[in-house]
Amino acid sequence: MSVRDDLAARMPGGDAGLIVFVLVSAYLLYILAGIGLGYDLRGQLNSIATLTFYIGVFAMLSLALNLHWGYTGLFNIGIVGFMAVGVYVMALVSKPVFVPGGAAQVGGLGLPLWVGILAGMLAAALLGLVVALPALRLRADYLAIVTIAMSEIVRFSFLSGELQQFSVLGNTVGFGGGSGLILDFVPPLQALFQSVGLWGVYLGFVDAFQVIVPTNPKPVVDGIVYGLLLLGFVSAFYWLLKRTGESPFGRVLKAIREDEDVANALGKDTDKFKIKSFMLGCALMGLAGILWLIPQGAVTPNFFRPRVTFFIWIALIIGGAGSNTGSVLGGAVFAAVLYQGPRYFQNLVSAVFPNLGSPAGFGQAIGPLISQLDPVPLLLYTVDSIRQLQLVVMGLVLIWLMHNRPDGLLGHRKETASVISLSRPKTMATDGGSVEGGDDE
Amino acid sequence: MSDAADPPVDDVATKPDEDALGAFASGVETTVDFPLQVEGLHKSFGGITAVDGASFEVEAGSLTGLIGPNGAGKSTTFNLITGVLKPDAGTVTFNGEDITGEEPHEIANRGMVRTFQIARELSDMTVLENMMLAPKHQRGEELWRSVMPGVRDDVREQEEELLERVWEVLDFFDIAHIAEEYAGNLSGGQRKLLEMARALLTDPDMLLLDEPFAGVNPTLEKKLLKHVHELREQGYTFLLVEHDMDLIMNNCEHVIVLHQGKVLTEGTPDDIRSNEEVIEAYLGGNV
Ligand SMILES: Nc1ncnc2c1ncn2[C@@H]1O[C@H](COP(=O)(O)OP(=O)(O)OP(=O)(O)O)[C@@H](O)[C@H]1O
Ligand SMILES: [Mg+2]
Repeated sequence: MSVRDDLAARMPGGDAGLIVFVLVSAYLLYILAGIGLGYDLRGQLNSIATLTFYIGVFAMLSLALNLHWGYTGLFNIGIVGFMAVGVYVMALVSKPVFVPGGAAQVGGLGLPLWVGILAGMLAAALLGLVVALPALRLRADYLAIVTIAMSEIVRFSFLSGELQQFSVLGNTVGFGGGSGLILDFVPPLQALFQSVGLWGVYLGFVDAFQVIVPTNPKPVVDGIVYGLLLLGFVSAFYWLLKRTGESPFGRVLKAIREDEDVANALGKDTDKFKIKSFMLGCALMGLAGILWLIPQGAVTPNFFRPRVTFFIWIALIIGGAGSNTGSVLGGAVFAAVLYQGPRYFQNLVSAVFPNLGSPAGFGQAIGPLISQLDPVPLLLYTVDSIRQLQLVVMGLVLIWLMHNRPDGLLGHRKETASVISLSRPKTMATDGGSVEGGDDE
Repeated sequence: MSDAADPPVDDVATKPDEDALGAFASGVETTVDFPLQVEGLHKSFGGITAVDGASFEVEAGSLTGLIGPNGAGKSTTFNLITGVLKPDAGTVTFNGEDITGEEPHEIANRGMVRTFQIARELSDMTVLENMMLAPKHQRGEELWRSVMPGVRDDVREQEEELLERVWEVLDFFDIAHIAEEYAGNLSGGQRKLLEMARALLTDPDMLLLDEPFAGVNPTLEKKLLKHVHELREQGYTFLLVEHDMDLIMNNCEHVIVLHQGKVLTEGTPDDIRSNEEVIEAYLGGNV
């Protein structure tokens, strides 16, 4: 078919091989960094759990965005707003009922966690519907404006005092305003294992883990198991979106991305398809938001700044919009290199060279370069501020990608939009000649 | 190849000439005789009046030509009929129902499908994907059916049926060898073929073709025309925009001449050939 001048073609095992290779390298690098930083086993396990966590959330979000942008061509730059609504609605539904004098300032409806998660996803999807209905009928760029405005409106609404506290069915509930909300319900892993009756088994496993981590192993095990849980969710997202894309439904989405008028002229009600695709993606973004914030134990509106949206866009662009495999890869690379990488790099540098003596300010850093052409202070300063420069680094990577791999790491990779392979059915004649003959008379 | 490349097969029985004859006998039922009726269409873009009160009818089972100089308003008329543009005034009636202002997909689902003058292939989809998109009422267009285990097997079954038909049509249009190519890589003529093949796969009752043969090689053009005639005999109706006078005169039984957004005249090819006004406005005396 098309030229496959891409990394995966040179990789044994193709796409899967590339993903495994990227993941293994990332983990190896982190373990090496951990050794450099002098982590003990507990530290290493924690660092791996954190890495897994971020790979999980960014892969999920980038998959959901791929449905919007890669498949349907919907330019959603308000991702974080859908995440926020998911999390806050989940909190409202699942936080325990308010008791005066308790730790939390407001309560929730006290319903089980899974009800809250479904409610959060539903709310995100409905918000998607509200946003999409007017915007989808207009030109494509309006959706971009509307979504980013929506995400800021959502953030300011949760910040506002008006919604800090109100009453539903006689319960004092609310969104906590600027000081945020404590997510004071049963921890998600406990809820999960209890619901399948395996909580005791899990606790036993944690105890057994004392062999490896002698003191208080539970947080370590929780972290790793939660990371694995997220990878499970990534697989579920992947499965769902692959089936969505590789189907007549996905075919129409692809056609909409290419030329909506054509799809329309062929009798497809494109507005309906766009809305369905948008709502599904929004629900998945809500779920990803929930899974991201639950283990933090608390949520504040200012977590949901537009920069998170742009992180997810970068992840998708790295992997290559249009490909689910690429989305997962992009999420993993973004999490390991651009999101977590700078912190580790900086820690590593200051651990290995404790007395670098980098300049204290930009003036002292740039001064020697100008007066004596001495770049060292500027270099040291840059390394020292690499965390603050994270966004600059991301920008540079984006520019590099645009120039060198505009289709993402996997190159031009479009998964065929059909349930079956579209090669000529074996039951048919292999070439036109004889087949056409029949038609002539 | 037989019937599979001719999408009509299932519908033929309900369409053919008995209906028309019956209507003829009763003498009044024009709606059956003329599936497409256009009445006083107006459309202007800013200062330009593209269509200025065009009225005409297209007879069932006919191959009707729509001709006129560049800028006469032919493509705009197509856009107005198929819902891509909304008319400023006038009505469009299809199979006796007023479809003015309906959405393009609604009109397509009523059985009237058009092709675009400048072929609009879906470039980043393969030829096969382009073709598989077209058939109507695909079960898998419902998201849940495509996703749900078990139910997806129904979708798979239908996909297999569609695929056979798609390959037969590809063979017929001589584009089977580029089936796996991205549509964006096709030549101009191949895009035209893809566009027409795709439109046929929707099983329409009536096809509006906007210069479908521009850039298609003469041999294939002949073959396609032959196919068009076959379909027409089965009850399909065609409205064809074309600049090639010989093609129009030799193939259409009825010709409508559009000039400056108005119907200048209409009639049989012979009428048109001998019409002074047409010669002046369009043919330039060469015919
Ligand atoms: N979207 C548009 N906006 C502005 N003007 C338009 C638009 N579409 C068509 N026109 C104008 O309307 C007039 C009729 O155009 P149309 O495309 O219908 O002509 P045509 O008969 O199809 O010509 P051709 O034979 O060259 O294809 C032209 O003057 C054209 O400039
Ligand atoms: Mg035209």
